[in-house]
Amino acid sequence: MRHLLSTGDLDRDQATLILDTASELAQVADRSVKKLPTLRGRTVVNLFYEDSTRTRTSFELAAKRLSADVINFSAKGSSVSKGESLKDTALTLQAMGADGVVVRHSASGAAHRLARWVDGSVLNAGDGTHEHPTQALLDAFTMRNRLGRLEGLRVAVVGDVLHSRVARSSVLLLTTLGAEVTLVAPPTLLPVSVHTWPCEVSYDLDAVLPKSDVVVLLRVQAERMRESFFPSVREYTRNYGLDGERLGRMPEHALVMHPGPMVRGMEISAEVADSPRCTVTEQVANGVSLRMAVLYLLLGGS
Amino acid sequence: MPENHGPYLVRGARPLGGDPVDLLLSDGTITRIGAGLEGPQDAQVVDADGLIALPGLVDLHTHLREPGREDAETVETGSRSAATGGYTSVHAMANTDPVADTAGVVEQVWHLGREAGLCDVRPVGAVTVGLAGEQLAEIGAMAASSAAVRVFSDDGICVSDALLMRRALEYVKAFDGVVAQHAQEPRLTEGAQMNEGCVSDRLGLSGWPAVAEEAIIARDCLLAQHVGSRLHVCHVSTKGSVDIIRWAKERGCDVTAEVTPHHLLLTEDLVEGYDPVYKVNPPLRTEDDVLALREGLADGTIDVVATDHAPHPVEAKETEWSDAAMGMVGLETALAVVQRTMVDTGLLTWKQVADRMSVTPARIGRVEGHGRALAEGEPANVVLYDPADPVGVDGTTMASKSSNTPFRGMSLPGRVRATFLRGVPTVLEGKTA
Repeated sequence: MRHLLSTGDLDRDQATLILDTASELAQVADRSVKKLPTLRGRTVVNLFYEDSTRTRTSFELAAKRLSADVINFSAKGSSVSKGESLKDTALTLQAMGADGVVVRHSASGAAHRLARWVDGSVLNAGDGTHEHPTQALLDAFTMRNRLGRLEGLRVAVVGDVLHSRVARSSVLLLTTLGAEVTLVAPPTLLPVSVHTWPCEVSYDLDAVLPKSDVVVLLRVQAERMRESFFPSVREYTRNYGLDGERLGRMPEHALVMHPGPMVRGMEISAEVADSPRCTVTEQVANGVSLRMAVLYLLLGGS
Repeated sequence: MPENHGPYLVRGARPLGGDPVDLLLSDGTITRIGAGLEGPQDAQVVDADGLIALPGLVDLHTHLREPGREDAETVETGSRSAATGGYTSVHAMANTDPVADTAGVVEQVWHLGREAGLCDVRPVGAVTVGLAGEQLAEIGAMAASSAAVRVFSDDGICVSDALLMRRALEYVKAFDGVVAQHAQEPRLTEGAQMNEGCVSDRLGLSGWPAVAEEAIIARDCLLAQHVGSRLHVCHVSTKGSVDIIRWAKERGCDVTAEVTPHHLLLTEDLVEGYDPVYKVNPPLRTEDDVLALREGLADGTIDVVATDHAPHPVEAKETEWSDAAMGMVGLETALAVVQRTMVDTGLLTWKQVADRMSVTPARIGRVEGHGRALAEGEPANVVLYDPADPVGVDGTTMASKSSNTPFRGMSLPGRVRATFLRGVPTVLEGKTA
C-alpha cells in the first residue's frame, strides 16, 4: 500500500490491519509520554486547500506522536493563493523531500492527481465530494471498539449522501468489512445510480431506526435548501433529523455517530448530540490513533 | 503556400476503396482518371499503391482559437493540423476572443485562413452577441461578408432561450444558413463535470445527464419543423439523442447531426483516474451510447463526423479535474478513428466514409468546391490514406499547437499519406508542405 486514496482500494485484510494497528497505537495515548520514534527523520506535509482545523490537527498530532517532522501547508498564506498550480506545489513538496503528503482539497480527484506527481505517499484527507477514507476508517474503528464487531453490523447512514465524501468511503469500507449499510435520505440527496451501490436505500428514517446498530448522521448544509434539494430546513429535520424521540426507537445498544461538524437542530438535536450514545468526541480521539496507524503503515516500511 | 504547383500523377490509388487507378491532378482539377495513365513530362509521380483516395475531408466543427487564444492554436497551426488529418476545409467555431459575432471578426479569420493556405477556413458566426444568449448577432452582415458565413453557432454554449432559438432558425432562412446547436440544457448541467451515472456517482463528480442534451434536441427539432428551417445538431453524444433525431427525420424535420470521433470510440470509464485529457463537453458517455452513435452514423440518422477539435495549452489540462478545460484535439486522428470504429467493424464502406466526412458536411455548410466526386473535371481536393499502416498516437508530435489528444498511447489503424488542396499538396509523404 503506497497511497490511501479511496477505501475502495482496501481489501478486507488491509482494512483489518489498519484497524488492528490503530488499536495497538491507541495505547500510546494512555501513556504519560505520548510519543513513538517510528517515523523519526520522516517528513509529513499537511497540504490543506480547505479549512479543516479538526482533520488537520488530527493528522498533525498523529504524525507528531510518531516523531515525524510535520509541515503545515495551507492554501491561505502560501503561494497557492497567488495562483500556483497543484502540480507546481506538488513538485515543490517533492523537491523538499516530503515522504508523505496529507491532502485536503475541494476538487474530487485532487489526491489522485497529486499521487501522479509526487514520489512520496499521498493520503487523501478529503477530496471534494469523492472520498474521505480516514474518516470512514475511524468510524469503523469506533464501531468495532464499542460493539465488538463489524461483520453483520447494521449501519444506517443518514443525510446528504449525494455531496458526502464520508458516505462514499463508508459504503465501500463497511461493505468490505462485512457490515450491512442502509443509506437514508430524501431522493434528491441520493446519487442517481445509488441502486447499483452495494447497500440498501430507504427514504424512511423511522422504518430503518429500529433495526440499526449504528446511525451515522451526515451534515446537511442549509444552502442545499436554496438549491431545491429539499423545501425547508424544518421539513428536513421533521423527516430526517435525529431527536430524542427517534433515539428512543433505536435498540438500546445502538450508537449515534457524526463525522462533524454537527449542525445542531438540523440533522441532530442537542439532546442526542449530548447523549452518552453519541460517539462524536470518541470519534475525534480515535481519529488520532487511526491516522497514526495509516501513517505508520504507509511510511514506516523503509 | 507550397511552391510547386506542377501536375501530380497519383499512381494506383483506390478511389473510395474501389479498384486501383491513376489520377492526374493539374491546374487545381482532376484532369484524368484511368489505368496506366501517361502524365505530362513535368508531372510528379506519387506512388499511391494500396492507398484509399477520398475527396478532401470537410470538418463542420473546429476550434482554431484565433483570435484570442493563440497559445493553444492559431489559424495557421490549426490549418496545418487539418491538412495532416486529410481535411481540405474546416469550419472555425465562433467562441474566440473577441467572439466571431461581427463581419469584422469572421473576415479576419477568413483572411488568416487564406494566408495560411493549407485548407479552406470557413468561419462560423455566433448566433448571439458575445455568445451571451440574449440578442441576435448581426447574422446577415456575416452572411454578406467576404467570409460568406452560412453556419451559425454559439457552440460551447447552448442557445437555451426557446424564443431566441426560434428567431435564429427563421432568420437564417433568408440566405440558406443553418443554426448549429450545442444542445445542453444549462440548468440541468450547472457545474457538470462528466456523464451522470455510476462513474460520476462513484467519483464524486457532478453529473451531466443525457436528458440535458436530449431535451434540447427534441425542442429544437420541433421548433425547426414549425418554422421550416434547417437545424444542425452538434456533437450528439447519447443513445436517446439518436432516437430523437431518427424520430424527427421520420416526421420530416430538416435536421442534420454530427458525432465526434471521440464519442465513437471512448467511454466514461476513462475518467476513473481523473486525468482531464478525457474531460470534454458533451462528456464521454457509456458503451451503450457509443454503440448507438455508431449505428446512427451507419444508418444515416447521424449525417456526419465532425471533430470538435479543441486545442488547449498543457496547463489547462495538468490540473485538478474540476478546474481543467473541456475539449480534445481531433483533426489528425479523425479518419483513423472512423476507420477503426466504422470501417473495420463493417458498419461503413469507404464510399460512405467519404459521404459522412466530406460530401455531406460540405452540403450542410454550403461549401463550394468541396465534397465533390473523384471524377474528371472536379476540383482536385483529394486525400490519400493508408488503411494498413498502424500509428501509435503521440500528442507531442502533432502538427497542432496543442497535444491534448485522448488517443495518446493508443494504436490507430492507418494514416494520411497526402492531402491535395486544389491540386497542391498540403501534405505529402505524411509531412505538411
